[in-house]
Amino acid sequence: MCTYDTTGLRIRGSGKGAEGWFALTDASVYFDHPVHAPDAHTLNIDLMNPGRGPGYRVAAELDPDSARALAEAILATLARLPGAEPAAV
Amino acid sequence: MPGWDEGTKEITRRFAAHGYLAVCPNLYWREAPGASPDDAAATVRALGGVPDDRLVGDVEGALRHLRSLPLANGKVATIGYCSGGRQSFLSACRLQLDAAVDCYGAFVVHAPPQGAPASIGPVAHLAADLSCPLLGLFGADDQFPTPDEVAELEKILTERGKEFEFHMYEGAGHAFFNTQRDSFRAPAANEGWERIWDFFGRHLAG
Repeated sequence: MCTYDTTGLRIRGSGKGAEGWFALTDASVYFDHPVHAPDAHTLNIDLMNPGRGPGYRVAAELDPDSARALAEAILATLARLPGAEPAAV
Repeated sequence: MPGWDEGTKEITRRFAAHGYLAVCPNLYWREAPGASPDDAAATVRALGGVPDDRLVGDVEGALRHLRSLPLANGKVATIGYCSGGRQSFLSACRLQLDAAVDCYGAFVVHAPPQGAPASIGPVAHLAADLSCPLLGLFGADDQFPTPDEVAELEKILTERGKEFEFHMYEGAGHAFFNTQRDSFRAPAANEGWERIWDFFGRHLAG
């Protein structure tokens, strides 16, 4: 079903979308129906800049195992930064 | 929340191919005019979704438009799938319709899990105002709504003396009409469409 369960957060960085590179200001993370992936539900990530319009979005749809692996890879990479705290994986 | 996407437009055209005047309103046009359907849906999701009152207003506008068309016989209905199923039920309780179809609408009886926007709540308490016959099509393997939740809705409608016709399909879960996902179940979808044509044929004939 449409889960509606969406986590929104402010972020800072850059993303590459259909129009090229642009500044990222917001992100949404949700487990819900995908648009392109053939699964019933996927872990969906939207990296956006709403101030520039709906088309300024980098979207990903991942199966749960892939999403967990990505999350772990992100935390592990951050943990290797000089002076970083141990990763909570 | 897919919105005004290709699959939904295909369904609308299917009704036209069967001789109906049909319209699918773009519920996200205010937040994302001209955007691709998936970008529009993502924008509206990030903003908390579509409030029920606004949804009902947009549906009412679509119905007024249909009734105004030269070929219209004056009878109107709604049909929705998943979140649209809930919206179809809601519209049938808030507006004067001749028929409504709820395809596996979640959160009609039970509240959504924690984390959902406050605008998305159960609507079964409006059942006393259901204005028309209701066709409900559900999958026996669905978790939202479960067969127990569907049975609760049946009880509510029966207690209020409402006309309804529910069908539960074995071997089918949520989104069994969706041909673009592995949730598609041809036997359930094919019979479901036959139920829809029969239901609308009886209730929307001029």
